[in-house]
Amino acid sequence: MHPIVSALKHHKTTVVLVVLEIALTCAIVTNALFLIGDRLVAMRMHTGVADNELVWARTSGLDLGQAADTRSPASVAAADMAALRAMPGVESVAMTNSLPLAGDYWSMGVWRRPGDKTSILDNVVEYLGSPGMLRTLGIKLSAGRDFEPQEYVDYNPFKHQPPPTVAVVTRTLAEQLWPGENPLGKPMYLDSEGKHAVQVVGVVDHLLNPAINKYQGVERNLILPVTRVQGGMYVLRVRPDARAAVARDLPSVLTGIDPARIVTKHEVYADTVKDYYHGDRAMVWLLVVVTGCLLALTALGVVGLSSFWVQQRTRQIGIRRAIGATRCDILRYFQFENLLIVGAGIVLGSLGAVGLNLWLMKHYELAHMPLAWLGSGAVALWLLGQLAVLGPALRAAAVPPVVATRSV
Amino acid sequence: MFAYYLDLALRSLKRNKVLTALMVLAIALGIGASMTMITVLHVMTADPIPGRSGKLFYPQVDPQGMDGYSMASNPPEELTWIDAQNLLRAHKGVRQVAMSGGQVTVVPPQGATHAFFANARYASADFFAMFEVPFVAGGGWTASDDDKHARVAVIARDLADRLYGTPHAVGRTLRLGKYDFRIIGVIDRWDPTPHYYDLSTGNYARLEQVFVPFQTAMELKQSTRGGMSCWGDFPADGELTRADQCAWVQFWVQLDTPAQVAAYHGFLDSYSAQQKALGRFQRPPNTRLYDVMAWLDHNHVVPGSVQLQTLLALGFLLVCLINTVALLLVKFLRRGGELSVRRAMGASKRSVFAQLLTEAALIGLAGGAAGLLLAAFGLWVVRQQPVPYAALAHLDGAMLGTTFVLAVCATLLAAVFPAWRACGLVPARLLKTQ
Repeated sequence: MHPIVSALKHHKTTVVLVVLEIALTCAIVTNALFLIGDRLVAMRMHTGVADNELVWARTSGLDLGQAADTRSPASVAAADMAALRAMPGVESVAMTNSLPLAGDYWSMGVWRRPGDKTSILDNVVEYLGSPGMLRTLGIKLSAGRDFEPQEYVDYNPFKHQPPPTVAVVTRTLAEQLWPGENPLGKPMYLDSEGKHAVQVVGVVDHLLNPAINKYQGVERNLILPVTRVQGGMYVLRVRPDARAAVARDLPSVLTGIDPARIVTKHEVYADTVKDYYHGDRAMVWLLVVVTGCLLALTALGVVGLSSFWVQQRTRQIGIRRAIGATRCDILRYFQFENLLIVGAGIVLGSLGAVGLNLWLMKHYELAHMPLAWLGSGAVALWLLGQLAVLGPALRAAAVPPVVATRSV
Repeated sequence: MFAYYLDLALRSLKRNKVLTALMVLAIALGIGASMTMITVLHVMTADPIPGRSGKLFYPQVDPQGMDGYSMASNPPEELTWIDAQNLLRAHKGVRQVAMSGGQVTVVPPQGATHAFFANARYASADFFAMFEVPFVAGGGWTASDDDKHARVAVIARDLADRLYGTPHAVGRTLRLGKYDFRIIGVIDRWDPTPHYYDLSTGNYARLEQVFVPFQTAMELKQSTRGGMSCWGDFPADGELTRADQCAWVQFWVQLDTPAQVAAYHGFLDSYSAQQKALGRFQRPPNTRLYDVMAWLDHNHVVPGSVQLQTLLALGFLLVCLINTVALLLVKFLRRGGELSVRRAMGASKRSVFAQLLTEAALIGLAGGAAGLLLAAFGLWVVRQQPVPYAALAHLDGAMLGTTFVLAVCATLLAAVFPAWRACGLVPARLLKTQ
């Protein structure tokens, strides 16, 4: 048997402890790195709109029972839009029911064939947009065309009104409705009887849902053209440098048009996106800190043990040096020994990592970890082990041969 | 003898400061991280109404159609207006309340230009007694106020201060939109956490500002808030009290004895059967009755991410402990010579063992103290997060004590094996090699 292995047999307990520590660290670190990667990928997804040029506001009317405002909601909305467009720095204004990652969403079923109840695709997110919505939000069509002026209709999904006759769909939705086919010109139905066909006139490659979850997915949505969105939001396309000023002045402009209401929320859109990912960012930081601490701790443990072994074996090292071993041989010896111990820990830890991932998948709906991630944990620990052992190993290599002739 | 061990321990710890610091740091990191997460989990899973949580129940019946029915399908989370009113009138519990969240327009004395929205709760009379609501002044309304659709309101202390500059606002008039209400009670500081009596408005929602009788609010068409599920058409006029295929009413019943609970179970089943006979229900009786803690569990009130973080912290603590075992083993075995001298001069194995454990306990105490500082820092970081439960993350006396006990116990546990190994060394052999 190789001398390193037989030497380790004299320190069974300590070796077992270090292997165990490395295995646990490996299992936790591998899963943590996987989670970090997973979240970072999710956070880098493009929203599909002009993130840095939008400002939005939601208002809510107050029912005070005072001298009734004779204007209709539609004319108030028109006055609002005109006033908002006149604000300095504002390029265009539109109404929508929500924005990507803004939280609130409407979802419904879509039928592929009229009257065929089984042809339903459920949990499709609905964006409603007033004239100019695609341009204002900066949504880029990859195929087809924008809506024509006459295609915008009066529609509210909560009232029994016929829907618009045309829609823009995301690539994701198109693939789920008609896999592998060209969606342009295809009809779909928003009611189970299939009374009203809605024709696809445009396709966007990327447009995130207002909220990403397991029901509605990431990008399963469509856009319908409407004249006005009840209970919707105003979205303003603004020069990036004018965003803060526009967001500040928005409430006074809107209450100036109609004082009997409250601007319930107004925000620069970039902040909305930032807020949406807050939980993910916090999780990533937590994982980074814990991973860092764990690796540091394991490294310190390895340093402590190696130092002890070097001290314990000073005499043997001296003897080896006296009978011809070079400094390099001694250095290699400790490095190789560390490699073996860490390797054993990694083998055990990889099994643990896979087990941990399976358990997490079962209880917390986490994704399946591709086996390639095991490599990341293994490399991290091998490097760490070698780095940790370097100091004690160099000290061992510096032991002079004369030690062999002295009593310790 | 203990003082002597303490002296020996201090000397030994001082001799190798780096190793000592390393061990203290390892314990502190493990304790700090795990105590931060355990504290968060502890406050989030705390009983919101101790003493009564086992007596308050959330009943469910299933008025949905046969589409998609199976034995395992869950009833809707809420009740329809009609079912809630029927259960309320049946009066089978000690107390019962039907309610919904809502939003009202508060018009302050300064005038309509200062109007603002406030969260409201529309409830029947038993709400205040059932959930042990504390009052600064006045009290709740009565069942006859419910029946008469009385225009009375109970407000939170914050709102009273904001509107009138004093919590003693009983008798004043509160204007909500276009209607006037008489204030009959002001609720003292009260923040049930989690917001267990209505999770559909947010698991950690804050206390509502305005409380008015459910019947009154519905008559005046005040807007409601909270969960709603529909399995048929929503009435075209938007009248929720006529929506027989939409469930949106929260219902709680107080049942003091197991016999009452069993009887109520039977009542829900017979009610469902009776409604089926009348043609209102289609499904066979499909009822549930959750107490407060079971209801919180059913609704997954504690976010998965918090559980995950707690798990991570405990894994971290485990690694810290293994690390400590290894380091203590090194430390104790390295002192084989010194221990052998003590043994040779007559110290028993037990006293050497006790000496080594004293040393470990000292490390545990130091680690616990440092860990406490780290946990306080960790909780401060949690409080800076814009999550609804952030404000709850505080160390209380119990958790403070737990931290020290955990730190010392963990270290002692970690020390048992190395100390036992060190005691097992044969003195003669070690002394000879020296």
